[in-house]
Amino acid sequence: MSSNALKPPGERPADASQPDFSRPKDGAIVEFRKVRKAFGDLVVLDDLDFTVAPGEKVAIIGPSGSGKTTILRVLMTLVEPDGGEVYVDGQPLWHMVVSGQKKPASEAHLRKVRQSIGMVFQHFNLFPHMSVLRNITEAPIHVLGKPRKEAEARAKELLGMVGLGDKLSAYPSQLSGGQKQRVAIARALAMQPKVMLFDEVTSALDPELVGEVLGILRQLARETDMAMLIVTHEMGFARDVADRVVFFNAGQVAEEAPPEELFTNPQNPRTQTFLKAVLEH
Amino acid sequence: MFDRITFDWDWEYAFQILPQLLEATIVTVQATFVGFALSLVIGLLFALGRRAPLKLISWPVTAVIEFIRSTPLLVQLYFLFFILPRWGLSLSPFLAGVIGLGLHYGTYLSEVYRAGIDSVPKGQWEAARALNFSTIKTWRNIVLPQAIPPMIPAFGNYFIVMFKETPLLSAITVVELLQTAKIIGARSFRYVEPVTLVGLIFLLLSYPAAIAVRRLENRFVKQRA
Repeated sequence: MSSNALKPPGERPADASQPDFSRPKDGAIVEFRKVRKAFGDLVVLDDLDFTVAPGEKVAIIGPSGSGKTTILRVLMTLVEPDGGEVYVDGQPLWHMVVSGQKKPASEAHLRKVRQSIGMVFQHFNLFPHMSVLRNITEAPIHVLGKPRKEAEARAKELLGMVGLGDKLSAYPSQLSGGQKQRVAIARALAMQPKVMLFDEVTSALDPELVGEVLGILRQLARETDMAMLIVTHEMGFARDVADRVVFFNAGQVAEEAPPEELFTNPQNPRTQTFLKAVLEH
Repeated sequence: MFDRITFDWDWEYAFQILPQLLEATIVTVQATFVGFALSLVIGLLFALGRRAPLKLISWPVTAVIEFIRSTPLLVQLYFLFFILPRWGLSLSPFLAGVIGLGLHYGTYLSEVYRAGIDSVPKGQWEAARALNFSTIKTWRNIVLPQAIPPMIPAFGNYFIVMFKETPLLSAITVVELLQTAKIIGARSFRYVEPVTLVGLIFLLLSYPAAIAVRRLENRFVKQRA
């Protein structure tokens, strides 16, 4: 795809002296460009530049409060950035380009671009008033407009994949934490996103249930071609599944490298301190 | 006049006026149901209007709610029935009555809705957004189905309170139970039987309703546990 194909039709060619906010880097599924976000005085994203290639599996690690989760929440449109640009699958996420001018994204625009993104939450956020099956089929039917039969067949397939084929009619309150998280993964997969966000998905689980969820994610990382952004404290897991590990500190990418490199030979002193602290513990 | 009023209970007379009172009971029950249905709708609109992101909407709605809640229902009924016609809007007594009930209780129910909506965890909104539900479907499919069940006992209580407040409608000439009792009393100068019967009819209807609401409440508490 040529870069011109991403431009809205009829737009004047961008002046080279102006920053071109209408167009992301070629071939990136996600791009953050000088993204800023502060909560009060606390700067959580500090002119963040960050790119993800299609299908890439990226693990994001870092001290708590470093803004890791905010990256995912900005992408999922749960947190609006204060400045900069975010692109998803070739389109600006938080802004629109109207006759060469940058405008805040409308709800319709957000919904369109959001379609490429899915998210699994730390606390599952299953719908407690719906059966497991309906948790998964609700959005495909009511958002994508799929026929019920097709949505249910796909949901059953996905539940089989996460090992819960026998829980179709159970309610979330009847499931263990690990089972809930596996349903949440199936629910997000049913929307067929191009980018899937995992926000500390094992942090709320009892230790003996962590393995079953990580197992699913490992399988997913091997078998799908969607990009995965994984915020995690499980270093062994990050090492196994990621193509690239990003160490995030003080609102910026402090260091990024393939897992072998980053874990065995970290360059940044902050990365060294952090890894020392988590791996020794 | 008072020497003509007798305090002796007359069974024959009581049975004679009972059919007329039972007929009026139908009007009372109708006013309660229609008034409550209105207040359920108005309450939801108030609750949604109050949390609208646009201050242009949320402030006036809040002002209207506070105004209605801080003034007596009786005054509002007088206003609807006696003063609105001056501005060309004439309502039948029944219609003015149920609109008054609906508006007044709508402000109370909007608080019930608000508490119920606030009880839905933030994570549910976020999950709905992550799955790309539209705003309307987020409310209809995700939020309200979770927010409404815990509201039901409170709704039930307000329903009973509203039922017992319907005699206020007699002030704007709605021929409901109390108005009928007053008419009967004025005709025969016997108030003991009609007024006592009115009280009994209210008791016979509202007490079982109160028990039903309590059962509902218990069932809900059990479900939550």
